[in-house]
Amino acid sequence: MGTAMLRSLEALAEALPDGALVGVPADYSGVPMALTMALLRRRTRGLRLFCLPTGHLQVDVLIGAGAVAEVETSAVSLGEFGLAPCFSRACEHSEVVVRDSTCPAMHAQLTATERGVPFMPMRGLIGSDVLAHRPDWRVVDNPLSDGGDPLVLLPAIKLDVAVFHAPFADEEGNVWIGRRRELATLAHAAERSLVTVEAIRPGSIFEREGTAAGGLSALYVEAIAVAAKGAAPLGLGDVYGVDAAALGAYAKAARTREGFRQWLDARLAAVAA
Amino acid sequence: MARRTPGGGGGLNGIAPEEVLINLLAELIGPARHVAVGAASPIPAAAALLARERHGTRVTLLHSRRHNGFTDGSRELFDLAGQGRIDVFFLGGVQIDGRANVNLVGTGDYPRMERRFPGSFGSAYLYYVVPRVILFREEHSPRSLVERVAFVSAPGTSAAELYRPGGPSHLLTSLAAFGFDRQAGRFRLEAHAVGTSVPAIEAATGFVFDVAPDVAVFGTPSEATLATLRGPVAAALAESYPVFAARVFATMASAAASA
Repeated sequence: MGTAMLRSLEALAEALPDGALVGVPADYSGVPMALTMALLRRRTRGLRLFCLPTGHLQVDVLIGAGAVAEVETSAVSLGEFGLAPCFSRACEHSEVVVRDSTCPAMHAQLTATERGVPFMPMRGLIGSDVLAHRPDWRVVDNPLSDGGDPLVLLPAIKLDVAVFHAPFADEEGNVWIGRRRELATLAHAAERSLVTVEAIRPGSIFEREGTAAGGLSALYVEAIAVAAKGAAPLGLGDVYGVDAAALGAYAKAARTREGFRQWLDARLAAVAA
Repeated sequence: MARRTPGGGGGLNGIAPEEVLINLLAELIGPARHVAVGAASPIPAAAALLARERHGTRVTLLHSRRHNGFTDGSRELFDLAGQGRIDVFFLGGVQIDGRANVNLVGTGDYPRMERRFPGSFGSAYLYYVVPRVILFREEHSPRSLVERVAFVSAPGTSAAELYRPGGPSHLLTSLAAFGFDRQAGRFRLEAHAVGTSVPAIEAATGFVFDVAPDVAVFGTPSEATLATLRGPVAAALAESYPVFAARVFATMASAAASA
């Protein structure tokens, strides 16, 4: 790889500035948990998170640690492990600004940026309180109809940074994301992408069609760090599964602020050791 | 709901309550072409897999690798729905009201809510475009089934002029099955669980509803259905919901074997 692209995990965390608008993936897409802990070690603050399309452990931990000012999302939960405790608590105490959305709108606002157009139209939404609380969205009459066909326009959103974790990158900095194409959407819609991978493989993933189809070109990627088990305790495709015991323990601990703090301190200490 | 004679009979001996609900949901799905199931929904997922065994229905489980053929990222679900390629989807909700409005966001005044729940997920789109959305909420109480939701993640009905090919078809809880009349914007009680009654359902429901002239009692799954559930459905479900599959199906199957 151009060694200019390969960084340490700590250097990758340093490259993400406080206050950035950060695109983060859903729990099934490759969540950069190792990078998230590195961000907390460097005491990142004021992040504005944009979830594609939902948030899970990463978002809950960042909110609980006080690193988040705003979150735009269609949902934040721990899935089978229940509510996201820190997210719910922060909402109930107005400690974070939440812009509630819906999954296809989260996709569409980045798709508009991918396509280089100022907005995307979307069906649905009309009559919902989701729309009622979004002054940045606009209802127009379909200009290609004869009238009486309202639909919603969603402005394009350009992310400052996209962060995600993938199974591997090649020596040229191309990242293999497999079928998790929403990671490509994140990267396309971001000024910069900071990526962690399980490993660097020799050669180029574009040499063979089998890996090329799941590839994301290095032209979208600013920097890469190697982080083995970098999504854990969340899973990563068919590389490793969810650590149910660890997620269950988190869900239980984070029910209280003190429990969360103890969980976080233990994690930060374990990584630092 | 299509009226069906309660099958099986003989009470609930040896049959898990989840198996009764899965069987009922599979009947509501009927012979659909394609059913998609979202996150944290083991009972709807099992019902979709049962429909697949019965009718060859295509099934997409969003959190599965094996039972998910999407290759264009998670937006493909919404693109498919917009194309009319998903016939049935399931939605739950913190609250559901008598006009089938669903609330997945929380209780109290938005945005600083008394209790904040995850959020609207894809409901504010899928509820409008999937032809038959089945509402499923196990809890049946005045707390979950309310007169008016605190936050409308997605409305049950829309003005006739609005482009809306989809919407609610039924609501199933642990106690009752309702059909939804989109013109009238009202639920109608069509069946209830063994051991309850229409007055008891009325007392447990926070909204007013109509009552069918011939309210049925929940049917129990047949021996053949139980064998399918505890065999191929359990095996397919275990990839996404190993704990649920083991708890419900393996337990019931071993109890049946030792009986």
